[in-house]
Amino acid sequence: MKHLLSIEDLGADDIHRLLELTDHMVEVSSRPIPKVPALRGKNVVSLFFEDSTRTRTSFDTAAKRLSADTMNFAVSSSSVNKGESLRDTIETISAMGVDAFVVRHKSSGAPQMITRWTNASIVNAGDGWHQHPTQALLDSYTIRTGLNRRDGFDGLHIAIVGDIKHSRVARSDVQAFTKLGAHVTLVAPPTLLPPSLDGWPVDVSHDLDQLVGDIDVLYLLRVQRERMDDALLPSLEEYSALYGLTPARAARLAPHALVMHPGPMNRGVEMVVDPSELPGSVILQQVTNGVAVRMAVLFTLLGSGSAASIGDSQ
Amino acid sequence: MSHRTVLSADDVRRALTRIAHEIVERNHGLEGVVLVGLQRGGVWVAEALGEVLHGIDPEHPVAIGSLDVSFHRDDVGLRPIVPGSVTDIPVSLDGTTVVLTDDVLFTGRTVRAALEALNEYGRPRAVQLAVIVDRGHRELPIRPDYVGKNLPTSRDENVAATADGVTIA
Repeated sequence: MKHLLSIEDLGADDIHRLLELTDHMVEVSSRPIPKVPALRGKNVVSLFFEDSTRTRTSFDTAAKRLSADTMNFAVSSSSVNKGESLRDTIETISAMGVDAFVVRHKSSGAPQMITRWTNASIVNAGDGWHQHPTQALLDSYTIRTGLNRRDGFDGLHIAIVGDIKHSRVARSDVQAFTKLGAHVTLVAPPTLLPPSLDGWPVDVSHDLDQLVGDIDVLYLLRVQRERMDDALLPSLEEYSALYGLTPARAARLAPHALVMHPGPMNRGVEMVVDPSELPGSVILQQVTNGVAVRMAVLFTLLGSGSAASIGDSQ
Repeated sequence: MSHRTVLSADDVRRALTRIAHEIVERNHGLEGVVLVGLQRGGVWVAEALGEVLHGIDPEHPVAIGSLDVSFHRDDVGLRPIVPGSVTDIPVSLDGTTVVLTDDVLFTGRTVRAALEALNEYGRPRAVQLAVIVDRGHRELPIRPDYVGKNLPTSRDENVAATADGVTIA
């Protein structure tokens, strides 16, 4: 595997292999000295054209635990807008000797585009509404360990609730969860669903109360306040009443059910209850697992040698 | 290619018994001794030695761990690296005497990686090395403390050492 651009490019076997490797990275992270020399001499550059604290920090920590060198390029979104200048940026930085770029960009497909301009590996850290593959991998890992489902998600029912339309997390998660065998239901008001769900292997519901007692995982997406300006939501209060995790809904969750959120959370909107008081909340484990999953991704891209590797198995 | 049996199951059992006694003798008992099997081939050696040691001195239970050295290898990036099971070091290694175990000692590169990996779990008082077979061809200045059998081989031969015996192919 040379790049990680989209969950779409991965088979179930590839995902399983990455999650198994993540087990090792969790162990590395639990050592008194959580650092191994595996990627010594490799140069990993973060190129974030969009704001992010946790994803950037998470990749940075992952690269450092594997002893890679890291560089952060602070790029304001205004400095790089269209093809030509993005290309210049990539070519310039590449000329310094880069083994992997971790890229976040507001335009869907930008990471794919960048693969043409450099020999370095590209990791998509979120592109527009398109994909956020490492988020889907860390979510899958969190479910795999939280519900003890090492062999796959057959029979699991996962509800993803919120702004599906504008969510790269939802797109990547749906692909990863269903590839691993889960049954996914999207729960959202019609205005926050994509115009067409052709080819999405999911069910759709507008009624969270109907299924909240029957699901194994409740995955809440962040409500982006700017959607209010687009008149896609009447009010935050109404959203909260219909789709938020209220105390009443929390009480109806199955005892084993996990509650997940990609962060940052809007308390009082999608998350009405205090998640620290929810026994099923694995939101902080998601963050912890994020580092280990990204270690597994970087190691797979940069440390596995040139022979047959993951991604080639399809 | 023909298989040649070099040690029978009984031979391996006797070698383990001898090595266990040597460990007790060298360390004046089992106080602070920890067995760490190198993944994958050394794990059964650590478990088998642990059993014999328990028979010799039931008073001092010996902790047994396993170590996967994939991320410390010097050929990361040169060939696909497929880690074994997840490393399991059940106790802090500070001040202990670690006996690394492996089935076959060859170039010594795995042992070098293991010595480096152990540092991350603490500072042992001493590290010793026990192997069922030493087949020669070392590429690093590493020698075993306890050996089941010294076995002259050619580089392209394959040596397999299990509880059922040692074969060359």
